[in-house]
Amino acid sequence: MTVGLEHFLILSAILFSIGLYGALAKRNAVVILMSIEIMLNAVNIAMVAFSRYGHLITGQVFAIFIMVVAAAEAAVGLAIIIAIYRSRETVDVEKFDLMKW
Amino acid sequence: MEIAFWILAVISVASALAVVFLRNIFRAALFLVLCFFTIAGIYVVLHADFLAAAQVLIYVGAIAVLIIFAIMLTRETPRGSPSGRFRLIAFLVGATFLVAMILVVTGTDWQVITEAPTEPTTSPLAQALFSREEGFVLPFEIAAALLLAAVIGAIALVREK
Amino acid sequence: MLENFGYIGIFLVAALLFAITMITLPILLRRFRIVPKKPNPVKSSTYECGMDTVGKSWVQFNFRYYIYALLFVVFDIQVVFVYPWAAAMGQLKLFGLVEMAVFFLIVIVGFVYAWKKGVLEWK
Repeated sequence: MTVGLEHFLILSAILFSIGLYGALAKRNAVVILMSIEIMLNAVNIAMVAFSRYGHLITGQVFAIFIMVVAAAEAAVGLAIIIAIYRSRETVDVEKFDLMKW
Repeated sequence: MEIAFWILAVISVASALAVVFLRNIFRAALFLVLCFFTIAGIYVVLHADFLAAAQVLIYVGAIAVLIIFAIMLTRETPRGSPSGRFRLIAFLVGATFLVAMILVVTGTDWQVITEAPTEPTTSPLAQALFSREEGFVLPFEIAAALLLAAVIGAIALVREK
Repeated sequence: MLENFGYIGIFLVAALLFAITMITLPILLRRFRIVPKKPNPVKSSTYECGMDTVGKSWVQFNFRYYIYALLFVVFDIQVVFVYPWAAAMGQLKLFGLVEMAVFFLIVIVGFVYAWKKGVLEWK
């Protein structure tokens, strides 16, 4: 069986589901961010697969922008986690139940 | 190409599962790096050579470093990464999403163009990003503004007052 | 193009084989009793010379390291945009130059902010 568009899309769906499970089930905020990165990567695979099999370069441009947004999101997200850790000494999301302290 | 795809797909799914299920978060971060690397390999299989390099540069070079720094700064490694109360619901949501996606993907009749892919992609990509007529010029400058906001926000959050 | 990346794959396999061999070789030599086992305190210490480590390895690192990593991320993304821009500079002409200049001007404000706030100084 030759590898076609469906294979890449299913790989992307599997990675996205794993990331979704991690983002919903985990309690450590850093692991949640790692799961979100896996989800963004899965979306990128789908983008590049469509770009390859639809013969349009635009999908790859979108993938680059997704990477940039992912980097900005990781930078700010991890900074927020570090700031919370400094005041509360934990990164367990079930203990972040105050908007202000 | 088929062999490369199957090897890379199996390694990337296995390392993503390791990221989610390992209890030691430092090892989970290292498996995340492996996952990013294999996804760069998948881009190579898809004939997206510039994106494979960008994946290694941004994800493996920058985001993984940020995540490992955050793990070292928060001293949570002894506590591991336990699952929360909604573990079962999360599993059901993930499984439902996966089944729905697989049904949709296999059920759709994809219109695939079979001609040879363009390569190398760097120059066409630059045309698509920067050219005056059909380029993404405004999103590119907005990306710069986003980066600026991210840098200033992160410095303001982390800086010692 | 895939063939060229195939060479990288061969290098990767060679590197993995080398690492695996280097890890399993001492274990195998020990298992077949080719290498004698004569431990002494100096031999089994972490460093044979230099100072002994104190405390656990999971200590609190200084938060300042994070800001350096952050600024590195921004440079990294700039490289990803500048490289294809430089590759197609011949067709982009003046317009490409202007848009890259605007991009740099916007991003450099962040570095100026970091500099003015003194987060790059190591006190």
